[in-house]
Order: sequence, then structure tokens, then C-alpha cells
Amino acid sequence: MSAELGHFALILALLIAAVQATLPLIGAQRNMSAWIAIANPTAYVQFFLTTLAFGCLIHVYLISDFSVVNVVQNSHTDKPILYKIAGSWGNHEGSLLLWVFILALFGAAVAAFGRNLPPAFKARVLSVQAMIALGFYAFILLTSNPFERIFPAPLNGQDLNPLLQDPGLAIHPPMLYLGYVGFSIAFSFAIAALIEGRVDAAWARWVRPWTLAAWIFLTGGITLGSWWAYYELGWGGWWFWDPVENASFMPWLAGTALLHSAVVVEKRDTLKGWTVLLAIIAFSMSLLGTFLVRSGVLTSVHAFATDPSRGVFILALLVFVIGGSLVLFAWRGPQLKSTGLFQPISREGALLLNNLIMTTGLAAVLLGTLYPLFIDVIGGAKISVGAPFFNAVFLPLMVPMIIAMAIGPFMNWKRGDILPALGRLRFTFLFALVAGAAAWSVETDGPFMGVIGIALAAWLGAGVIAEIYERIHLFRAPLSESIRRLSRIPRSTWGMSFAHFGLALAIAGMAGAGGWKVESIQTMKPGETVNVGGYEYTFEGAHEGQGPNYTILFGKFTVRKDGQIFTVMEAEKRNYPVARMPTTEAAIHTTLMGDLYAVIGDAEGDEGAYVTRIYFNPLVVWMWIGCIVMMFGGTLSMTDRRHRVGVPHKRQHASAIPDSVSSTS
Amino acid sequence: MKRKHKRLTFVGIALFLLAAAAALILTAFEENIVFFFSPTDILAQKPTPDRRLRLGGLVEEGSVTKPKGGVITFRVTDTAQTVPVSYKGILPDLFREGQGIVAEGRYIKNIFVADEVLAKHDENYMPPEVAEAIKKSGQWQGKEKVKTK
Repeated sequence: MSAELGHFALILALLIAAVQATLPLIGAQRNMSAWIAIANPTAYVQFFLTTLAFGCLIHVYLISDFSVVNVVQNSHTDKPILYKIAGSWGNHEGSLLLWVFILALFGAAVAAFGRNLPPAFKARVLSVQAMIALGFYAFILLTSNPFERIFPAPLNGQDLNPLLQDPGLAIHPPMLYLGYVGFSIAFSFAIAALIEGRVDAAWARWVRPWTLAAWIFLTGGITLGSWWAYYELGWGGWWFWDPVENASFMPWLAGTALLHSAVVVEKRDTLKGWTVLLAIIAFSMSLLGTFLVRSGVLTSVHAFATDPSRGVFILALLVFVIGGSLVLFAWRGPQLKSTGLFQPISREGALLLNNLIMTTGLAAVLLGTLYPLFIDVIGGAKISVGAPFFNAVFLPLMVPMIIAMAIGPFMNWKRGDILPALGRLRFTFLFALVAGAAAWSVETDGPFMGVIGIALAAWLGAGVIAEIYERIHLFRAPLSESIRRLSRIPRSTWGMSFAHFGLALAIAGMAGAGGWKVESIQTMKPGETVNVGGYEYTFEGAHEGQGPNYTILFGKFTVRKDGQIFTVMEAEKRNYPVARMPTTEAAIHTTLMGDLYAVIGDAEGDEGAYVTRIYFNPLVVWMWIGCIVMMFGGTLSMTDRRHRVGVPHKRQHASAIPDSVSSTS
Repeated sequence: MKRKHKRLTFVGIALFLLAAAAALILTAFEENIVFFFSPTDILAQKPTPDRRLRLGGLVEEGSVTKPKGGVITFRVTDTAQTVPVSYKGILPDLFREGQGIVAEGRYIKNIFVADEVLAKHDENYMPPEVAEAIKKSGQWQGKEKVKTK
């Protein structure tokens, strides 16, 4: 019953979206307020219907209704309840339903919270949203119906891919999709602005909180995925430059660039066309990511579908949305006149430099990701472009950006001065040198990029602190004055500081883990000891256990440091009988200096010996902390009162505050 | 500076960045692109050990041996030809005899020395490269559509 109800709700949602995509848009063009007024209720109804459909899908999972194909293929009666729920989006059809659900959620959010938007503009935004939704509803109903029945119904299901039965991964897709789909709002705002032919500071202030929200979720989604790969795949790595990872990283790069250029539009009324283009690119990258991941052209754990008709459909949707919006941009973009002038050495210049480097990096990642596909399509050799390529291209590109990131916030708007800014950063520079030298001295023939990474992290981190120090005139003004200035710093400025500082922490983690990882693979008999990264691991043997829907092989290690027992670690190898698939659960002991990481492999011989893989991953935890700090910074910036969507036109008041306290994010 | 000059500054920076990226990409491409070989390709072309390559095919039934020290050897076949592979490390969870895999490494003295072995995350799954390699050898007997979850 639920399945039919859900299916019916989806069809209704398609029809509602068709209305929402056309009438309000026509109303806005012809200035008919009754038609404009249709936008809000249709957005709410669409959201209600997709919620109903999504609820129905979760329901058939919860009651294990094996007359639904989707449940049969991805569930099992023994599966824990969390994974029954998560299983509903752990597959192709369900994940698309989640996609439209989130799309409708954002549409309803714009309808509800966008009270200060001009009605005609809002109607256009919601119409564009509905057009995107229309494409996805059609895709689901025509090629990927999650409610399809099967007859006769089997007695039990085939279980969810055990790799996906993990709490981190249960929330990874919704987080990531909130990010991907969140950029649809920036996209709709951009298209609506192109239709109106007008972009102003108010536009940038409307776009920023939505973009920030999407960026925060995307950052979280990528971090969760990376964290999952780290502890679940058992390779001791956290980023593989896998095409699927790149698919999520590209919208992140575009979105980050968009956040920064929107600041310039808001503050200085310039870079308008560029910002609109970035909004289009950010969402196009989200769609491209969806296509790459969902069409089966790439091979990975995410590639659920290899049905060619699906791939063709998404590709057509992709061409339509990206092509259509770029044509619209080419046609209307030149009308977006910018007024603000600025010198190359200025805050605007620094933000633009960020944009240029971000988009160059994006282009490099895009090329590396699509090149093998392209060569394959034109019938050339089968090739793969792996991590060495991306490390060799992407990392050097990021070096100048990180250097500029510490300097940029010292620049004035319009016309900045580089020498005083560098003067204020002299201690930061010394600190970076010391940190780099310290990293180098640990292991003098150590990795070059690791040393650079540590120095850059120190430069950026200290630069953020130096900027706050300057901003509050610490020790140059009376303390009370500094405290007063500190309390006056707007949230969006704190947001910038936290986000940049978070990136510094993350870079330290990446440099540490990427540069000084210690790896040791060996066969160990019980009682045998190996030394990895200054810790002695003694293998205590393996024993078996039982989980809810799997059996476990535990491999126990006692870890000693300087002869003292440091910790006891238990690595697991799980076997899921229904899916006939084992998974690896690495044993990880986190310290601030690095993670102890042990994996147990197959038995060897009959003396209880096992292959083991032991790592020391330096500083990894700082990467996760850094990402959380970045998300916190984004949240601070988003909740700045200037961006609060309900507060209209505070601009006049805000501009009365002197420039030294005015903010960027 | 005149407005035009300012704009030129940024166009210059953008062009410089693009040129830098292009230079990086071209050098990295030359060194880091990995070509895919089937066992038949390897035996026909005998690639030199200085090239990294990917080998794809099925793990031949009964070919997996485990000498000491965590080293594993097995043979990879596209059902027409087979190539011996040695690998040190923990195999992916889904590595099984008869299963399609992709190994990355170098071909040294008639043995493919792998430093990475990929088996995909699903028991029904066969990497498309492997499916194609087997199809090319004319031995394909499976369903036309390789089922994945």
C-alpha cells in the first residue's frame, strides 16, 4: 500500500512541479500577481508530496516489504534498524528520491524564509527550482522507480552492501546531497537574476546564506566520506583522488570560489557576471557529480546503475541545464554592469586571485577526472589518471593561494598596500619558517611537500591570528579599546577567521598524514612484535565473535611504547553471510600526534598466523578537527545578522560603520 | 592605473595560472597516466619495467599461492592468456578466485609485480575493463549486461 501511495505522490509532485515551473515565471514576466502568488503554495505542496513519497520508501524498508524490488535488493530482515532506514537511500533509486526530496526542501525553505525577496524575483527563483525538479521527477518515474513491485515476493532480501552498513555512511549521502542540492538555490538565484538582467548587493546578500549552507553541508559530506574511507577501507588513506571523490570536490571548489566572489558583489558592486557564472558552475559541477556517480560510467562503490538508458537521461539533463544556463549567461550576462573599480592590489584583488586559483584547480581536477572517459569514448586506449597526477598538479597550484590567503585579509578595499601588510606578517613568516624547519629536522630526507605543507599551515594559522591581533589594535590601543573592538567584530568576520584557521589545521593534518605515513605489512604469529612509528605492536592472536548480521574475526594487538603498555587494539574482519561479503574494520587509536592504525588480513598457515597491516598516520586527527572548524566558521558567517534572510536592507546602517571594522567573510 | 590596465593585470594573472596549470598537467600526464592492459596485450607487447600499468582480468581458479612474508602470487587470465602476478600486502576483501580484478604495478621479468590490487565492492560486479578484455579475447560467456547493485 505504502509503495503505491509513494509512487502516486511522486507523480503528483511531478505535475505540481510542472505548474510551479511555468505559471509563476509567466506571471513574473507579465506582471500578473495572481500567477506570481502560485509559486509559494506549489513549493510547499511539492515538498509535502516528496516528503510523503520518501516517508513511504522508508516505511516499506522498515516493514521489510519484499514485494518491492528495491527493498529486496538492498535490505534483509536481520539488518539493524538504522541500516534499514539508511538502506532506503543506499541505492540508486532511493538516493535519487533523496535528491528530489532535498531539492523540494530547499524550494520550500526559500518560499518560507525568503519573505524579503521581491515577489516576482522569488517566483522566478522557485520556477527555476521546479524546472530542475521536473527533470529529476521524470528521471525517477521513467527509469528509476524505487516503488517497483516484484511478483512473487521473495521471502527475504539480499541485504545492503555491507560496506555501507556503517553509521558514518548512513549520514554521508544526506549531508553530501544537502550540499550538492543546496547549490541549486544559488543557481536558481543566478538564473532569475539573468532573466531580470540585474545583480546588486542585495542579490549577493540573499545568495550568500544559501551558498554558505550548501558549502557547510558539502564540507561535512566530503569529510564524512573521507573519514569513512579512512577507517573502513583499511588502506590507511583518506583521499584517493578517485573520480567519485573528485565529483564531490569539484562543486566544493566552485562553491568556495562563489562564496568569495559574492562578497565582492555585496561590498563593491563588481565581479557580477563572474559571480553569476560561478553560481552556474557550482551547480553544474553538482549535476556532473551526480552524473558521474550515478550513471555507472565510473566504477566505484557508488556506481549502482549501469543501465545505459539512465546514463543517457542524466547526460541529456546535464546538457540541457548546463548548456541552457550558459547560453542564457552569454545572452544576458553582458547586461550585468559592474560599477566598483579597484586596484589589483586590494581586497577585491585578493578575493579575485582566490577565485582564479580555485577555478584553475577546478579545471585541472575536471580534466584529470574526465580525460580517461574522453579517451575511452573516442575509442583510444583505456587509461587511468590516479593520485600521482592530481598531487603533481593540484598541490603546487594551491601553494600560492595559501600564501595569499594570509595576506588578503590585511588588504583594504579598493586600494591596498602590500608592504605594510607583509610587515605585519613578519612574525607569522618567522613562525612558518620555524615550523617548516622543525618538520624538516624530524627526518631530514623526509618528504618535500610535507615540509612545505607544515610551513604553509603554520603561515596561514598564524596569519589568521595576526589579522585578529591587528584588527583589535592589541597593545597599540588601551586594552579596553581592544576588547571593545573584539566584541564589535561581526560574525561573518569571525566566520572567515575560523574557516581559514580550520583550513590551516586541515592542511597540517594532510601534510602530516601524506608526508610521514609509516606502513608495515607482514605475517605475524601470536606473540610476535613489530615496531611501527615508535610503537611496538604485539599480535595476541585472533578469535571469533558474532555481530547482529555478521560474524567477526578479532585480531588483538597490545601496543607498547618505551616498554610500557600504551593501549590494546582490536582490528576486525567482518563477514556478512547474506551479502557473502567481508568488510575490514581497522583498529584506530587516535592521539594528537597521529593515529595508530592496525588491520588484520587473512590467516596464513595453521599456526594462528595472520597477515597484518600496521600504520602510523601522523596528525590525521587535525584534518578532521580542521574540517569541523571550517564548518563552524561557515555557520558563524551564515548566522551574521546581515545575512539573516528576514532582515531587509540594513545596508544603510551597516555602511555607517567605519571600514576598518566592516567585514568580509 | 587605467581601468583597462587593471583588467589586463587580472587577465595576465589568469593566463599565467592557466599556463602554469597546463605545464603541470602536461608533465604530470606524461609521467602518471597509467595504461590498461589485458593479459593478451601484455604478452603481445611485453611492456618494459619502467612503465606503470594496470592489468585486468579474472583470478585463475586454483592459482593463488601464499609464500612467506605476506607475499601472494596468482595468475590473471582473460581466458585466452594468463599472466603471473605477485603482490605483497592485504588483498581487498572481495578478492577471490574466479573474480575479476584490476592490479596496478610493473611488468618485470615476465611477472607482473603489483603494488595495488583492486577488486570491486560487490560480488556480482566485474570491472568494465575486465569484461571488455574477456570479450576481446572472444571467450565471453556471461550475460551481456554485467549486473551491479
